[in-house]
Amino acid sequence: MAKTIDTSKPMKIKESTGYRVFTVCNIILMVILCAAMLYPFLYLVAQSFSSAEAIIAGEVSILPVDFSVETYIYVMTNNNSIFLRNYANTIIYSVLGTVLALASSCLLAYPLSKRELRGNKFIGPFIIFTMYFGGGMIPNYILMTTLKLQNTVAAFVLPGMISTYYVILMRSFFETVPRELEEAGEIDGLSMWGAFVHVALPLSKPILATMTLFYLVQYWNNWFDAFLYLADQNMWPVAYQLRNLISTSANVEDAGESLAINANIKSCAMVLTAAPIICVYPFIQKYFVQGMMLGGVKG
Amino acid sequence: MTAKTKKQDAYTLANRPPKESLGRHLRKYWQLYAMLVIPVAYYIIFRYLPMAGNIIAFRRYRAGSSIFGDEWTGLRYFQQFINDSNFWKAFRNTLLLNFEYLLISFPLTIIFALLLNEIKNAKFKKVVQTISYLPHFISMVIVAGMVRELLSTSGPINNLIASLGFEPITFISLPEWFPTIFVTSGVWQGIGWGTILYLAAMTGINPELYEAASLDGANKFQQCLNVTLPAILPTIATLLVLNIGQLCGSAAFEKVFLLYNPTTYDTADIIATYVYRMGLGSGNYSYATAVGLFQGVINLVLLTAANWASKRMTGSGLY
Repeated sequence: MAKTIDTSKPMKIKESTGYRVFTVCNIILMVILCAAMLYPFLYLVAQSFSSAEAIIAGEVSILPVDFSVETYIYVMTNNNSIFLRNYANTIIYSVLGTVLALASSCLLAYPLSKRELRGNKFIGPFIIFTMYFGGGMIPNYILMTTLKLQNTVAAFVLPGMISTYYVILMRSFFETVPRELEEAGEIDGLSMWGAFVHVALPLSKPILATMTLFYLVQYWNNWFDAFLYLADQNMWPVAYQLRNLISTSANVEDAGESLAINANIKSCAMVLTAAPIICVYPFIQKYFVQGMMLGGVKG
Repeated sequence: MTAKTKKQDAYTLANRPPKESLGRHLRKYWQLYAMLVIPVAYYIIFRYLPMAGNIIAFRRYRAGSSIFGDEWTGLRYFQQFINDSNFWKAFRNTLLLNFEYLLISFPLTIIFALLLNEIKNAKFKKVVQTISYLPHFISMVIVAGMVRELLSTSGPINNLIASLGFEPITFISLPEWFPTIFVTSGVWQGIGWGTILYLAAMTGINPELYEAASLDGANKFQQCLNVTLPAILPTIATLLVLNIGQLCGSAAFEKVFLLYNPTTYDTADIIATYVYRMGLGSGNYSYATAVGLFQGVINLVLLTAANWASKRMTGSGLY
């Protein structure tokens, strides 16, 4: 590097060729990286459309072998369509959970963003402290059982309902909403609540979209609370059904023979479970990048 | 604790309300306080009650007794786990797995962010970002399932190994492979999303800095070293310190829980999975709570120190 700084002219030329080589390498590297990111997904899709024999013979890599949709039909109809019922549960829980989570997070983040709030110096640390220290798994479990919440939807929705980190991101965003606009609204006869609903919220679409996605993903992917609290298979979310499918067949792995039969079924269930998130998230990406950046930079 | 007091002071200064009689103030702003009722109640019940529930680390808890246990046992459960080699194994694994992941993923994420920043074609850049963020949103159940599929004896990795003439490896049941699997899958899932704060910091760099640097004869590599890197240094420092603060944390719980099995406990069992097995698996609630509380206190100290250090160094903690 030091050699090229001698004179400016040859350096310019050398640098631009060097940089061009770098750019090409960089692009190739990025393409390889993207391929590595996508490969596991493609492999699952390929397996889900392949026959059990082809998988066990190790013939499947990126493209399906012996293409068929039978696995999908089997997964959806097997055992009285329990998979579809669990899928419906996941949709219901996710929507319900996200609505509640979003509402309660807004109710907390908005007052916290207001300088006028007198308890601010107490409530801020009060919620932030929970990021440093918490109840831990056992006390939380005992609380849920003491409240008799097992086998209710609440056991699935309540534990993760307010994420302190998300509340802080939201507060940071609400702080950027110009106070003058809200005051103008108040002069026009809006109450504090009215200013919140009609002025602050409409101006906070990026962060609301971001939080919607984050909470949706959180509930969609949640299986552990179902594992702890939901005994009835008919109440399970699909992620928990999937977990059982994967871990039972992991035990079967030693048995060898039945492995491949499980492989395409497992892959199919995974593809179906991941599909909605993969389909929805690129459309929300521009919002969450904006939301994360504002919150993260200010944070 | 000192850090907390300091933060409170800062809070008071920034939010000092205009002097007003309380009655007038409440008449004007009561709705703000009303909004807080539900969230604060939530925090009391679902965050602070379990926190207080840690008391059963010092009291005997039996199924059916009150949330705060039956009778005092002093430090008996602490003595028990301190003399348990399985606990220390889990403790060591927690630190090791978190540390190895940090050591590998942290620099890789920065390099990835710097390389992404050099891509001038906005469309291509956005596609790379979209694809690399994707794994972050995938359920750990699916990630674990993918790992099992890719590493199964008839999976693509073992096919590759076989085609090179080696014996297939039963990755999932070999303890020596667990850290590698853990770190690699973590990098796969986290590297893209990890760049987001760095890219945010990079968009804030004044383009004139690059022009000035290139006038001074700096090539692109030197510009990257002398302009981009210093600009994201505060972000790097903040994230590094906060990551160090979480070295003893339970973030890995789900993945370990889904990927480990008794044959890999030696390298895979972490405190959180140990707490689960001891507490909910075998019903030793108080014992498991004592272990969890021990970890919680270490976390509290580490995080407080980390946040303090981060504020000291860069003027910003994450929280």
